[in-house]
Amino acid sequence: MGKESLDAKEAVEMMKHVASVIIESEPILTDADRNLGDGDHGLGMERGMNAVINKLAESEAHEVSDVFKMTGMAMMSSMGGASGALFGTLFRNGGKALEGEEKFDSKGLHSFLESANDGVKSRGGAVPGDKTMIDALEPASIRAGEVSELPLCESIKIVALSANEGKNNSKEMVATMGRAKTLGEKSVGHPDAGACSVAIIIQAMSDFINT
Amino acid sequence: MKKLINDPLKVADELLDGLVEAYDGDCKKVGVRSIVKTEIPSNKVSLLIGGGAGHEPIYHGLVGTNLADGAACGDIFAAPPPDIVLEATEAVNTGNGVLYLYGNYAGDVMNFDIGAELSSDDGIDVKTVLITDDVCSAPHESKDNRRGIAGLVIIVKIAGAASQTADNLEELERIAKMAVLHTRSVGVSMSPGSIPATGKPTFDIDEELIGLGMGIHGEPGVSEIPMTTADDLTPKMLDLIFEDFENDSDIECLSEGDEILLLVNSLGATTMMECLICLRRAKMYLKDKGVVVYDTIVGPFVTCQEMSGISFSITKLNDELKQYWDLPCESVCYTKL
Repeated sequence: MGKESLDAKEAVEMMKHVASVIIESEPILTDADRNLGDGDHGLGMERGMNAVINKLAESEAHEVSDVFKMTGMAMMSSMGGASGALFGTLFRNGGKALEGEEKFDSKGLHSFLESANDGVKSRGGAVPGDKTMIDALEPASIRAGEVSELPLCESIKIVALSANEGKNNSKEMVATMGRAKTLGEKSVGHPDAGACSVAIIIQAMSDFINT
Repeated sequence: MKKLINDPLKVADELLDGLVEAYDGDCKKVGVRSIVKTEIPSNKVSLLIGGGAGHEPIYHGLVGTNLADGAACGDIFAAPPPDIVLEATEAVNTGNGVLYLYGNYAGDVMNFDIGAELSSDDGIDVKTVLITDDVCSAPHESKDNRRGIAGLVIIVKIAGAASQTADNLEELERIAKMAVLHTRSVGVSMSPGSIPATGKPTFDIDEELIGLGMGIHGEPGVSEIPMTTADDLTPKMLDLIFEDFENDSDIECLSEGDEILLLVNSLGATTMMECLICLRRAKMYLKDKGVVVYDTIVGPFVTCQEMSGISFSITKLNDELKQYWDLPCESVCYTKL
């Protein structure tokens, strides 16, 4: 039976699950980045998510916003580089939007993704179509707004599909940001590695909420 | 590649430990990975620099007397994360504000910006000036998008001198911006460096070609030209700097009688012998143009392991910049008597 909302303790368990799925996905992410970038995205995400697991084990989260903010800080501190700043911003900004909330529900999911998307866009300067993580995050955020009346276990499934679709759409885009931009037209045919990570993260959230 | 290292994952930390030893007590390591002057005069406006490790002797080697007060250091070729920027900011802050001065790279900008937000949450006044001296990395109309390369040595030297007497953060920001506007560089690369942990090359380039304007991490430049002589290459590079001063309406062009600083930088493997041969040709070129070289700096300052390549940087001096240049300074990277 899927959950309609999560409390802080359940959110901690969800993020631990997300972290372990990303760690398992390291070879997929490394391959994705090798096609377009310098091939270090998988290892960076693995390092970041190991730090998240440690952080969540040693610190207590009093409310759901803390869980996401701690996730963001752990990723930022451990990953370095642009991806640490961007994924750190995703979780930190998303978490800030949930301050004061006792439960993480469908409305919370929308607030989280909307604020995460705004934060990443202003930090990195990318817009949809630039072949970045935004191409998975923005459609997920918009879809979350449309399905926020559904129970969380239903809305998150739909949102995860949107993120995955966004990731797939990034294959046809020409990279204009980061290292991949030097490839120009040659970047077409591969999905963006950051968009892959976003899609995997949201799918893992959905799988946890629906078990 | 034969490299004298230990655990490949501890390269950045161990080199910083060694750097502190080289400073003989003038600098210390603070927190996770920050290098900070042992004594910072109270009430001074502080200057914080930083970036990825692996490019020694910059950035952390430019902390010192009349130079930067501290550096936030990242891992090899990676920007320092925001909590290191925060710890470095707290360590150099005297209450009069902190200027961040570093090269314009996406990872550095994002991490320093978050560090600045965390610092201002703590009540510390922070401003940022980006170093954008590489004329080949973007056209002059969008010169704010340019990368920072070897010209940063001159820019940090001038800002460090200015920080000794600046009344406030805005004043130091103004002078640092002026130093950036007046400093332009052009680099070439001939072969890549390697990533210490993996031994893999940082980029690929054909044996017979030179990357004109290529960045220190292998970022694409203006063009790839056939390998050539020092005397053929040097004027081509200096032409690009002179053209840039000429085309940019924000600054007067370099003309007869102007005083300049000239920096010849080796990217690591290019020897002092080669740098001096290029310097000799550069001086002929500048003499022909009637430009007066006020000071010459030559050596490996901004490197990328055993990358071979060279860059020229020119700073067009005015009375104010000259006064700050004249102040003696001391650090592992650069000392001026």
